[in-house]
Amino acid sequence: MAQLPLAYIARNLWVRRVTTLLTAGGMALVVYVFATVLMMSEGIRATLVATGQPDNLMLLRKGAGAEINSGIARADAAILATLPGIATDAQGRALVSAEPVVLISLPKRSNGKPSNVTVRGTSDIGAQLRPTVKIVEGRMFRPGTAEIVVGQATAKGFRGVEIGQQLRFAGRDWHVVGRFEAGGSGFDSEVWGDAEQMLQAFRRGAFSVVLLRLADASLFEAAKARIEADPRLTVEAKPEVQFYAEQSEALATFIRILGLALAIIFSIGAVVGAMITMFAAVAQRIGEIGTLRALGFRRGAVLTAFLAESLLLAALGGLAGLAAASAMQAVNISTTNFQTFSELAFRFVLTPRIALQSMLFALAMGVVGGFIPAWRAARMQIVACLRAA
Amino acid sequence: MFLLKLLLKNAFRHRLRTLLTMVGLVVAICAFGLLRTIVDAWYAGVEGSSSTRLVVRNSSSLTFPLPLGYAERLRAVSGVRQVSWSNWFGGIYITERNFFPQFAVDAATYLPLYAEYRLSDDERLAFLRDRQGAIVGRKLADKFGWKVGDQIPLRGTIFPGTWTFTLRGIWDGAEAKTDESQLLFHWQYLNESLRARYRGSADQVGVLILGIDAPDDAALVSQRVDTLFANSVAETLTETEAAFQLGFVAMSEAILVAVQAVSLIIVVIIMAVMANTMTMTARERLAEYATLKALGFSPGFVVRLLFGESLLIAAIGGVAGLALTLPLAAAFRAAVGTLFPVFQVSTLTMALQLAAALGVGAVAAAWPAWRMSRIDIVDGLRHVA
Repeated sequence: MAQLPLAYIARNLWVRRVTTLLTAGGMALVVYVFATVLMMSEGIRATLVATGQPDNLMLLRKGAGAEINSGIARADAAILATLPGIATDAQGRALVSAEPVVLISLPKRSNGKPSNVTVRGTSDIGAQLRPTVKIVEGRMFRPGTAEIVVGQATAKGFRGVEIGQQLRFAGRDWHVVGRFEAGGSGFDSEVWGDAEQMLQAFRRGAFSVVLLRLADASLFEAAKARIEADPRLTVEAKPEVQFYAEQSEALATFIRILGLALAIIFSIGAVVGAMITMFAAVAQRIGEIGTLRALGFRRGAVLTAFLAESLLLAALGGLAGLAAASAMQAVNISTTNFQTFSELAFRFVLTPRIALQSMLFALAMGVVGGFIPAWRAARMQIVACLRAA
Repeated sequence: MFLLKLLLKNAFRHRLRTLLTMVGLVVAICAFGLLRTIVDAWYAGVEGSSSTRLVVRNSSSLTFPLPLGYAERLRAVSGVRQVSWSNWFGGIYITERNFFPQFAVDAATYLPLYAEYRLSDDERLAFLRDRQGAIVGRKLADKFGWKVGDQIPLRGTIFPGTWTFTLRGIWDGAEAKTDESQLLFHWQYLNESLRARYRGSADQVGVLILGIDAPDDAALVSQRVDTLFANSVAETLTETEAAFQLGFVAMSEAILVAVQAVSLIIVVIIMAVMANTMTMTARERLAEYATLKALGFSPGFVVRLLFGESLLIAAIGGVAGLALTLPLAAAFRAAVGTLFPVFQVSTLTMALQLAAALGVGAVAAAWPAWRMSRIDIVDGLRHVA
């Protein structure tokens, strides 16, 4: 069966440039929204998944969904530090860090409104447990002093946290002595200081969480069983990666559902646009269709040609929308994660999978919008067409 | 009258195309309205706040408690009429998906402060008498089908364990903007349990709520309170209830901005679709317009024709979209349940929807109208659609 050449199809779009541009523009916007939403939800996930280390074990109070709700008493932290199978550092110290985690509110740089920032009391072992964290300016806080270091995103997003400045919280002044970055993970949105100092300042008798590194990730099950069997402890153990993945779930899901619902509503508008365009294309080319059929092109060929035109239109829109969405990768965004009640900075992340999904979405719009007009074009009577022209 | 008839006939000459355009418009205007309503719902807490209430919280952050002893000292501050306190409980009812706010409150002082929660006297007394009692808003009770006397188990996240409350009353909001999706129970019950378990964390409150005599004195009273506790163990930050609620809204500002941007994008998309339709209409009727001009009609008449047709389609689509928004909003309200305490399509939203529809209609007709008004008669007559 003879097919119509692609050049003929493409030229048809070129002839009606303004209409093509408007229709493809509408589709591009839909694809843009679709892609950015997926990129946002992927960005949140990527940020929080990158936060955890696979061989780290996170210990929280049973039933606490987030670090700030958790509490582990000093005595319990000491018991946990004696678990078998904990890795040691170069000086032979066990890699266990008991940490208080609290929130303080700081004014945002953009609008001056306060938002919550996670403050983590830690130690040099805590820093070792998180190899992604690097000091990029200034120095690390000295143990046993009221010095703090701030994460990259916190430094960028909040006022009064430049190096050399003082932050006042918990009734004390804390000196900012360094800025660290954590490879785009959740720690970038935190402030770190000395654990014991923080406990004193916040008048807390208990740590929030205990983080430890196992000598081997395969020891996890044994450690977990041991903790659960210990009647003194009401602690639950999770691999750090899993803990942070759970922290991202609610926000990522919320954004995805909201965004997809929007994209689907929009796509109705874009499909309508495509349909109008294709119907007009068919109506204007009745004579052409008749001629093609008289020349011996089959109904199938006409159907394919018009459908291909609609798909080409959708592909144009899809590519334009995707190009605009990929420009969003340079944008940093920061919002409150309602699972942790604190600020989280993340980027839009474009993965090949999202690109593919967006293009498929665009083509689906093209098929839905183009099929009925193409069907109508193929069903026409040759004689009627030639007469109408 | 004649012109309107002509416009109607013109608009529905291409029935399918016009209908498709209208469908697109209806969907877009509807989505635009719903999105605006979602943004409004976000601010509902601010709308529902009273100007005679101040919220005192720990200046470090909301997650730090304040000592209960502050309540007595606050009663002595001039301008303060009533002092109450509450604690965020953050429990889970069956699964995380059933989120709704729960507060442990000092019921005897809290209920008079929140007079907009309408509770029958019997239910109020039953609640005050029962230490393990709880009251909920009408909307929340409807969502889970709770009746007075039911047991409500909550799994604590901040306060460990399973807590079971007996439902003693269901309040109705005095106004549409009143929050009916909370659960309130006795702070004393929480405090006693905490005292029995961990000595250190008892007698702490999340926030203190002050009723003040005059809304105009809010700033002054706030200042007095904060000075009173300056340099103490727990310094305070006092603000009006509206400002306190706005703080929560500001936290998710990024998402809100995105939603608002998206509702604008919708309007732009539908503009493109509509402009497309009008361009086609104009192109097809070139010969007609040329004929009209040859007969002596002014270019202005042709422009009026095009604009009229476009505005007519836009108006019909806009009104239909508006009519569809209300049932959709009701369905959405039923679907999300307690996520948004208040979900109502405001009159401003409706006005904006119509304005957006007509704006789209006007913009869509602009370019074709300009082209048609300048068309050369001879060229037009030659043109075959």
